[in-house]
Amino acid sequence: MIAWLVVAAVAIAAASGVPGLFLPRSSSVGERVAAGMLAIAAALAFIAIGHVVWTGLPAELSLAWAVPGAAFAIRLDGLAAFFLAPILGISALGAIYGLEYWPQARHPENARQLRLVYGLIVAGLATTTLAANALLFLAGWEVMTLAAFIAIGTEDHLPGTRAASYLYLVSTRAGTLCLFAMFALIYATTGSLALAPMDAIAPARASGIFILALLGFGLKAGVIPLHIWLPSAHAAAPSHVSALMSGVLIKIGIYGLVRTISLLPDPPAWWAVLLIALGMSSGALGVAFAIGQHDLKRLLAYHSIENIGIILLGIGVAVLGRSAHRPELMVLGLAGGLLHVWNHSLFKGLLFLSAGAVIHACGTREIDQLGGLFSKMPRTSALFLIGAVAICGLPPLNGFISELLVYLGLFSAAGSGDASASLAPSLAAAALALIGGLALACFVKVLGAAFLGHPRSEKVAGAHDGGGLLIVPMGILAVCCGVIGLFPSSVGRFLDRAVASFAPGGHSPKIASLAPLDNLTIVFALLLACSGAAGFALLFRIRRGVTASGPTWDCGYAAPAARMQYSSSSFAEMLVGLLHWVLRAKVHRERVTGFFPRSTRFESHVDDTVLDGLVRPSLTVAGDWLGRLRWLQPGSLHLYLLYVVLALVFGLVWARGVHP
Amino acid sequence: MKLVETATHVIVAVVLPPLLLGIIVKVKARFAGRVGAPLLQTYRDVWKLLQKGSVFSTTTTWVFKAGPVVSLAAVMVAALVMPLGSHPAPISFAGDAVLFAYLLALGRFFTIAAALDTGSSFEGMGAAREATFSALAEPALFLGLMMLARKSGSASLTAMLGPGLADAWVNNGGALVLVVVSFFVVLLAENSRLPFDDPNTHLELTMIHEVMVLDHGGPAFGMILYGAALKLFILGALVARLLTPVSTGNEWLDWIVFVVAISALAALVGVVESIMARLRLLHIPRLLVAASIISVFAIILTR
Repeated sequence: MIAWLVVAAVAIAAASGVPGLFLPRSSSVGERVAAGMLAIAAALAFIAIGHVVWTGLPAELSLAWAVPGAAFAIRLDGLAAFFLAPILGISALGAIYGLEYWPQARHPENARQLRLVYGLIVAGLATTTLAANALLFLAGWEVMTLAAFIAIGTEDHLPGTRAASYLYLVSTRAGTLCLFAMFALIYATTGSLALAPMDAIAPARASGIFILALLGFGLKAGVIPLHIWLPSAHAAAPSHVSALMSGVLIKIGIYGLVRTISLLPDPPAWWAVLLIALGMSSGALGVAFAIGQHDLKRLLAYHSIENIGIILLGIGVAVLGRSAHRPELMVLGLAGGLLHVWNHSLFKGLLFLSAGAVIHACGTREIDQLGGLFSKMPRTSALFLIGAVAICGLPPLNGFISELLVYLGLFSAAGSGDASASLAPSLAAAALALIGGLALACFVKVLGAAFLGHPRSEKVAGAHDGGGLLIVPMGILAVCCGVIGLFPSSVGRFLDRAVASFAPGGHSPKIASLAPLDNLTIVFALLLACSGAAGFALLFRIRRGVTASGPTWDCGYAAPAARMQYSSSSFAEMLVGLLHWVLRAKVHRERVTGFFPRSTRFESHVDDTVLDGLVRPSLTVAGDWLGRLRWLQPGSLHLYLLYVVLALVFGLVWARGVHP
Repeated sequence: MKLVETATHVIVAVVLPPLLLGIIVKVKARFAGRVGAPLLQTYRDVWKLLQKGSVFSTTTTWVFKAGPVVSLAAVMVAALVMPLGSHPAPISFAGDAVLFAYLLALGRFFTIAAALDTGSSFEGMGAAREATFSALAEPALFLGLMMLARKSGSASLTAMLGPGLADAWVNNGGALVLVVVSFFVVLLAENSRLPFDDPNTHLELTMIHEVMVLDHGGPAFGMILYGAALKLFILGALVARLLTPVSTGNEWLDWIVFVVAISALAALVGVVESIMARLRLLHIPRLLVAASIISVFAIILTR
């Protein structure tokens, strides 16, 4: 019954874009139907998730499927429910936002196509989390991957967009290849394609599966150095698609990784060390690259890489706990990592949607073309501020809660064992602290350059807040950030169920017994009370005294102009300089000569070091060599079908030879 | 009993902070051969500012007013999780050390945002420096906390600075010395003291904290001044407790020990400010990274 409810939700989501296809381009009925269907899908799924989380009983369904080795087997347990909730929730809010952001009336040429693939992405993601069979998993995975390719390329008349979507397609093919290899290895080991615990499995095989999972799922999650597709794809897609991609699509990589590790027997410690090292590098380098960006959405995209790093740190601690048989480490690390999955989808969704509202109003993604938005777009700006505070992990919002859980795991891991064992968690905690400090610098830079101060260009002149369809979805996300922050114990049960699905034997300590969730509510109430009291006192004193207004202090210079403000690149200059060894910022400037120099220009940008410094050059070399085989790919379909048949026949003959 | 202790904690934390600034100024004046401002001058300054009128730039929005409010509220709550001397903090739980650090970060976020709200390039400079240097100071603070957590087996400041500290000095004195050095550097950096920032400078181009609050005046600036004193007080309490890991058994005697210790620490800050020149801005990151590395050595040395 519950399982059918989820299947219905997925089917409704998948079909949400279809009615619009049969309606004329001028009609706006299709878009409302699509948003309504996604909202219904979310409501149905939430009922099922609520049931699974409250009863603790997984919902299962298994139907025959004619494909060999495949079964239409779904299983909604605590872990799947945990990932399913943001998929349906964020996508419904994004679809409502899309009614005003990407309306049929203004985008008749591609809005129907976008809604179709939007629904398919959601359905693909949901199928992937639900699948209990490898082929069903891959089917969902491929639907999601290919639909996202089309969604990224929505504005493919722009040159950058097309390049971004192809880069995504190529990278994701490589990732899927790793997943095929991983499932083949699983099949070769267990003789089954069901996603079930693999108990008796040789350690070498387990490690092989783990490495392939790390490559395949890491590519989707955007773990450095596998992140090359992520920044441009997030920047090119329409903002509500960016919110969906950053909020939930890349998390499916995390889901796959966590699920795979949960099926494997107790891991060796080096898996944990590898995960923690990857988490540290993704987190620190992700935020470092973000600081160098001038494009609002590209900057947010690099922050997704940073947050994936934080999530990996949590998972690393959990794996460490499982390998050392320390359940408290496992619970703290996994709960921190998983809660950060939720939190990131909430605040990054909020940030992408508010960035979209700004782009909608001003027509540019350049941070240094914005400025002064707090007076022009007060609601959007305030919502962005909330998202910025949350993503920096600052109290009293949700980002702090998940980072605190990861910290507690790291403190607890460092607290025992000899000095050498405590060094890795200590360095990880220091890295997390550095990531937090750099994220603060980066977001305060965006806030200052894009939202505060004087407008930096005429583009801001006519900007104003969007309508309710833009504001309300952002408001809901902001409220969720506040609720999880102020009442962290409200998500305790969700976390407990998800962790239980990961724990061997399904038994694990409750998160509330390991982390001071209720104390935080008290402290944060105190913080709000202090802020309120101080704010009231300040306003009272200001009202009692004489108040004057005038220009900002200009040190006596008579004609300050908006262009003299500190720009986003001047704010970041010092950090970009300190991180030059990895960022390799490109600076173009003309020499200034003479007493009365001519007008000049200055430009600096930080490109992706991994993509432009490593992947592109090596692929160019490889392309030169492999070009000799290009005659194999003439671009005609019938020849490709012939290849498929030949490969199949070869495979069958070979299989007969191996198992006569 | 708990109530009396909490009340004493709050009263000490509310009353004492401006005195520390007075001590620093006095010590610096004595080094320069001057008499210096009275010890209680900061109290008078805060009081005077609260009575004054305000001037607001037409560029600013509510974020400008939220800056001093939120940063003061954040350090006030942070003061409640920091134990003073051998007395446990009124609020303590596993992970309050992390909360402490992140509350300071919350205050910093809003201070920087308020500075950028003015649209002044000078305040932008100060904001960029503050954001850069404090990001580099975070790892040093956390590595030190990690060492204390390892020693005490807890992620709570009250336990880290509790009765076990005297033992830790006996067993692991070397590592603790390194942590104290690292924390002292963090204290100077976080509170914008020399050699990181000169609170007395009068040139906007060279300042960090003072330039960020150039446009604040009247009651708002009074709150900033008091908040800065409180921040110095709570970070000072951390270092002072590490240096006086004693408990006399008598509660009121312990309070006296604490007040003497933190006053001595303020005097030490004054001495440092008197005998050191300001570092070049470009050299500041090196000192902060060095503080982190010192903390890593402390962790390696911890048994």
